[in-house]
Amino acid sequence: MTGESLHATGETLYPRLEPLLAQVQKPIQYVGGELNAQVKAWDDVAVHWALMYPDAYEVGLPNQGLMILYEVLNERPDALAERTYAVWPDLAALMREHGVGQFTVDAHRAVADFDLLGVSFATELGYTNLLEALDLAGVPLHAADRDETHPVVVAGGHAAFNPEPIADFVDCAVLGDGEQVVGDITDVVKAWKEQGRPGGRTELLARLARVDGVYVPRFYAVSYGPDGAIAAVTRTRDDVPARVGKRTVMDLDEWPYPKTPLVPLAESVHERMSVEIFRGCTRGCRFCQAGMITRPVRERTITGIGSMVDQGLRSTGYEEVGLLSLSSADHSEIGQLAKELADRYEGTNTGLSLPSTRVDAFNVTLANELSRNGRRSGLTFAPEGGSERIRRVINKTVSKEDLVRTVTTAYANGWRQVKLYFMCGLPTETDEDVLEIADLAVEVIKAGRAASGQKDIRCTVSIGGFVPKPHTPFQWASQASAETIDHRLRVLRQKINEDRRIGRSIGLRYHDGKPGVIEGLLSRGDRRVGRVIERVWRGGGKFDGWSEHFSYDRWTAAAAEELAPFGVDLDWFTTRERTQHEILPWDHLDSGLDKEWLWDDWQDSLSEEEVADCRWTPCYDCGVCPTNGTEIQIGPTGRSLLPLTVVGR
Amino acid sequence: MARQPEGPPPPPTVQKLRLRYAKRGPLRFASHRDLARALERALRRAQVPMAFSAGFSPHPKISYVGAAPTGAASEAEYVEIGLAQARDPEAVRAALDAALPPGIDVLECVEAAEGGGSLADRIDAAAWRVELPGVALAELQHAVETFLASDVVMVAKRTKNGLRDIDARAAVVSASGAEEAGCAILGVVVRQVTPAVRPDDVLAALAAVADLRPPSPPRAVREAQGRLDDTGNVADPLGPDRAARTPRQGEHAVV
Repeated sequence: MTGESLHATGETLYPRLEPLLAQVQKPIQYVGGELNAQVKAWDDVAVHWALMYPDAYEVGLPNQGLMILYEVLNERPDALAERTYAVWPDLAALMREHGVGQFTVDAHRAVADFDLLGVSFATELGYTNLLEALDLAGVPLHAADRDETHPVVVAGGHAAFNPEPIADFVDCAVLGDGEQVVGDITDVVKAWKEQGRPGGRTELLARLARVDGVYVPRFYAVSYGPDGAIAAVTRTRDDVPARVGKRTVMDLDEWPYPKTPLVPLAESVHERMSVEIFRGCTRGCRFCQAGMITRPVRERTITGIGSMVDQGLRSTGYEEVGLLSLSSADHSEIGQLAKELADRYEGTNTGLSLPSTRVDAFNVTLANELSRNGRRSGLTFAPEGGSERIRRVINKTVSKEDLVRTVTTAYANGWRQVKLYFMCGLPTETDEDVLEIADLAVEVIKAGRAASGQKDIRCTVSIGGFVPKPHTPFQWASQASAETIDHRLRVLRQKINEDRRIGRSIGLRYHDGKPGVIEGLLSRGDRRVGRVIERVWRGGGKFDGWSEHFSYDRWTAAAAEELAPFGVDLDWFTTRERTQHEILPWDHLDSGLDKEWLWDDWQDSLSEEEVADCRWTPCYDCGVCPTNGTEIQIGPTGRSLLPLTVVGR
Repeated sequence: MARQPEGPPPPPTVQKLRLRYAKRGPLRFASHRDLARALERALRRAQVPMAFSAGFSPHPKISYVGAAPTGAASEAEYVEIGLAQARDPEAVRAALDAALPPGIDVLECVEAAEGGGSLADRIDAAAWRVELPGVALAELQHAVETFLASDVVMVAKRTKNGLRDIDARAAVVSASGAEEAGCAILGVVVRQVTPAVRPDDVLAALAAVADLRPPSPPRAVREAQGRLDDTGNVADPLGPDRAARTPRQGEHAVV
């Protein structure tokens, strides 16, 4: 096929799609036309990107990552970007029947026509939806079967830090922040096309593999030892890096995206706009992959945030703004920011919110400021572990007294409901650690009733099963089995219900342990797991993040069949504890974290030793800054927000 | 003691505006809730000085009148908004139209006349135009005649209480078949009844009486809504407001 054109017509599929839309649920999610959406002429640009969020539109549309890249790419005169989302089974069946391929919602172009398909994986449970989209698009499932007429499939997002389970299906994976690397990839594709596609697809991928942060799995061979573990990962060409590093955007103020957030007609999971106030976190919570792979902390300045909030509200008409980050109360200017934003938008019916999860009284003060004259419905804290002991293990240290005092302060300030997030199945956890959640909730309700003088306060305990993730100190840990999780949740529920007078004020939200086991397989899996994913998809698996579609039995059956020939099984990938020197599937992918530091932190965890935050204490040599040539970027800047003439006053 | 909002109550409504808008093209797939959300956001973007309800969750004063079903286009959707400051209706129309996505088009805006009654009271029927690609005109006309000649045509309708049999004939005031650009067109005027009889129900009735089964999904457009007059036509519900309107002194065409 070398030298031939891509036949990328870019023609709209809408006339063929429209009759199908009349027959499906919530057709509005497929028609595009969102406020601030962009459609560019196909022939005006050299490089065409389809950007996919591999879940339903209502989940994918608000995704910040996709929105950022959509704008960054469309600002380039030589590129266009359109969006595509997972199609529900009702429409997928009609598309197959009528020969309509996976399409973008912007101009309803065939995904197969694009030069690149970028897929953002926030969670591994989107993998089957990738296969479904590729199949609907008419793109070969296996990267090895694609030729230069097919899009280059690029995986990104946090799950891309271990893309090995989908290594057969993607052409590249991108590590780290996407803002700059999408430009570099665009340049490479553009130059290769303009030169007449020298060397075909292989040459294009080789050039991409030399872009900082881009991993091309086909140029790395994996071999396995007799024990089933990886024996070696070796590159097959010497012009690609032995280890692939991650990308880091250093000055967030230079990247104020999204500038004009998309506003859907359809209902989505976040009916508000979001402004990312900083990226990265060095709190050092050992379970938290995001906090490990996004280091170092880089703050947006108070004035940068102020102008994004202002411009975003003007361009969307949203009535609520969320100030996003991994731990928003840690921004060095947060107190001033909360006050000045609350001043600025007072009397305009504009809501401000902080995903407030850290357990301390300052968080309540901030939430009070942001809800100055609004409803105080619910406040969320995330102690994560039920006992002080387990909180030392995970390095989320807060004493029981502080926790109760913080929550009581919230009730005393008029907050009616407090939500507490916990995890179950943490390393070294026993039934007793989990049962302490009940004691805590009971104390919180008693103290809250006393402080507020009201009986109608509520405490919702929300529990997720812990899944060990790559590039964290818990990457070696044994994952708790579904039976263990389910048992602990059962005894916890019994204990909460022991005293009905208190128990009726406590809500318990949880999921059974099964989906977590599959997430664990996909998180710490290697290339052999790809066969399991493919078998599950061929058996009808998709939308695995949705309980009505997820089938544990299909996954376990596929894992048993496909892994047996390699002498490994589901437990080998999940409940098995790894040894110090085992080659992990993602060891050749460099998040900047030093593996020895991670191991030491894992050992510290087992002896219940804490580590401080390097923003306020000296560097503890996690390795990220020297490896990547980065450093912490925090304020305060000393600047303040000027008053504005605001919308709706 | 539960918290109360501080400060004075929100300013009252000083002007009511009535809007006619269309949903066109792909946006015919928007539901009533989708449209309501889009309208509220557009009102903020257009900086229309809305009146709000009191309390911790103030809502803008907006009254919707019977929305066209998801999947049906419309040239005649109506909504009434309450403003805390008086504005020129045409300026509001233009600003709002610019703030809404293409395909939701604000066609008219008039000030509600004092004492003229509610908008909902002026609507009891709708005129529909249904394109039936692939259907022969003669076949359509035969089906319409058979339908009109029947006293009762029961069809199964999906309601929130499950499937229910309703009479699709009684609500139909008139129906006819025509052809435009080679496509058969069903025109039908339907009275507002509960449960509602919609174009889908009329088509189900045509299938029941004459086995009319369109090979591809029909496309329905609501062309008018209003009170049914003695001649069987649908009157413009904004007519009385327009007639009562006398220009105000010193009004500015800005929003």
